Amino acid sequence: MAIFVNSETRLIVQGMTGRSGTFYTDEAIRYGTTCVGGVRPGKGGARHLGLPLFNTVREAAESTQANASLVIVPAPQAGPAMIEAIEAGIGLVVCVTERVPQHDMSRVKQALAGTDTVLIGPNSQGILTPGQCKIGVMPTVNAMPGHIGIASRSASLTSEILAQCSKAGLGQSTTVGIGGDTLHGVGFVDCLKAFRDDPETEAVVLIGEIGGRGEEEAAAYLDSVDYGKPVVALVVGRHAPRGRRMGHAGTLSVLGGGTAEDKIARLRAAGVEIAAHADDVVAAVARATAKAPQKAAAR
Amino acid sequence: MFLAEYQSKELLAQYGVLAPDGRPARSPDEAQRLCKEIDARKYVVKAQIGAGGRGLAGGIRFAATPSAVADEARRLLGSTLVTEQTGPAGETVTLVQVEAAIDIAQSCFVAIALDPESGQPMLLASGAGGVEFEQRARMDETTAQSCPLPPDSADARAQIASFLTGVGITEAQGAAIDAIFAARHAFTENDMTLIEINPFARTGDGRWIAVDAKVAIDPNASFRRPEFASMVADRPAPADELAAQKHNINLVRLDGNIGVIANGAGLGLATNDMIMDSGGKPANFMDIRTTASSMDVARGVEILLADDRVSAILLTIHGGGMTSADTVAEGVNFAYAKATRKLPVIAYISGKHADWGHRILRERKVPVESCDTLSAAVGRVVELAGQRRAR
Repeated sequence: MAIFVNSETRLIVQGMTGRSGTFYTDEAIRYGTTCVGGVRPGKGGARHLGLPLFNTVREAAESTQANASLVIVPAPQAGPAMIEAIEAGIGLVVCVTERVPQHDMSRVKQALAGTDTVLIGPNSQGILTPGQCKIGVMPTVNAMPGHIGIASRSASLTSEILAQCSKAGLGQSTTVGIGGDTLHGVGFVDCLKAFRDDPETEAVVLIGEIGGRGEEEAAAYLDSVDYGKPVVALVVGRHAPRGRRMGHAGTLSVLGGGTAEDKIARLRAAGVEIAAHADDVVAAVARATAKAPQKAAAR
Repeated sequence: MFLAEYQSKELLAQYGVLAPDGRPARSPDEAQRLCKEIDARKYVVKAQIGAGGRGLAGGIRFAATPSAVADEARRLLGSTLVTEQTGPAGETVTLVQVEAAIDIAQSCFVAIALDPESGQPMLLASGAGGVEFEQRARMDETTAQSCPLPPDSADARAQIASFLTGVGITEAQGAAIDAIFAARHAFTENDMTLIEINPFARTGDGRWIAVDAKVAIDPNASFRRPEFASMVADRPAPADELAAQKHNINLVRLDGNIGVIANGAGLGLATNDMIMDSGGKPANFMDIRTTASSMDVARGVEILLADDRVSAILLTIHGGGMTSADTVAEGVNFAYAKATRKLPVIAYISGKHADWGHRILRERKVPVESCDTLSAAVGRVVELAGQRRAR
């Protein structure tokens, strides 16, 4: 099962002929992802990495029955590329491109409204269902199929947590990088909903950080439902100075929230087990799992 | 990427947002001379620094006469302002804005940003703005109310009118709405990510004026708006942060003595949290981007080696993407091969090609001590940095 991607996923790559596109398409194929073609305007009819190239996403989708697209193009083209995939009716669009202008994302969000397309990213490591499908730039050496669902704003930290989980025997159902930008596709709440409906997923790990309101929204959602599965959260940036941008998107002070303390307090109040630091996630999963039956019995 | 106050107001004025008559000055004499060109009964001299919190730090001074303007400019220029946003080192004032002081009948707050949920412009507003607004807003989320800000139309104006009434912006409301849509126009035409006007002030004669304005331009849109990059380049920023930027590295100076190198923003934040929890203090936040080459990494390491506050380096690497652990290790090695000051390195290396990374550091004789977990590496570097400081 897993969420958003599995062995049924048929992937096209927008920007497959570029340096990064070639590298990551090759990695995806080696991992076992079903790659069915690439999009490169002007190169339609040619082949690359043994796969057919198309001029447009629509042509590619019609010829290959693709249901997912990886957007790996330079930042100035990323917005239009995402919109092209959305308009072609691709069910899952994953954009790993960094530094996409916010106003381009504004147009992408407008194109996305009212469609069924699931957008992951931009500035995301992508999505991985271990043993079935990799769409993105994450390393897979430490990934292991299993029952932990991970949703995260940070690529490198996810890989680190995933490695620790695997080492402890905790495999993963799916890991989703929601991306480090202010404007992005799926968020923590979308991932939580999908993991809740996924029978493979037994516990969820959220990896958050200062800035934005994703963690607060996750807390509000978890407060509003009987989630039924243990949820663990790690929120980093507790000691970061205010008002400085630390790599990822910061927050607007007038919007309130955004501090790590506030996020942690809200998540804890919503019943989430908090990992004290990056080396405490595996233990936090064990604590949350041990608590879960008692919580159910108390009801 | 924030524009200076005077640049922000000039840009907004081109779209019809009123601002006080004012000019930037680099010397007390220039400040005094410019008073003749400014139509004012009373003046205000404002330090042009990149960080907020300036008013509370004494960066805004009133003056009744041109010679008093020169005195205030003399006091500000060359001084260092420490605000809650500058960090402890503060920011040196190299430019002041001299402008007409405004008689304010009502001091409000308005801001425009993209709503993270819908991705469309939204308006934030409060009927009570002023210098302490940010502090209040942080304490209480309801300080500023928000509503969608659609493109200018009769319907949109009606929506904004009823929203403004709700937040207490009722007098001369038509003029306030004109200013808001003018600002929206500037926002969408210039790849802005934030316009903050505080105070957004009403004068006794019913005009709305941007007394202070902060505009953020999306640095990711520089490819189509190169003019803004050059405007920002005029402003001071720590030299090492600028040098790092050229090499694809995000560097933020902090005030400790442990140099931190991490590949990834989240891993960097997680590492710094653990250092602080263990009683240590990071000298910096460093995020080597996944696209960085080993030469970029080398430059980042050189910056830390040249920083005499740093007494030990913590390397947190999770190899992945196109920057596997060996690429980072090569970069560290390049920097150490050239350096005269070879600080001890505590390393936690995992992920793709972790073994190669370890081997490169060991064989090239980088003074490295590897740990099996991030906690162990953090504990060790905190211990080491403490000893070296005590010596």
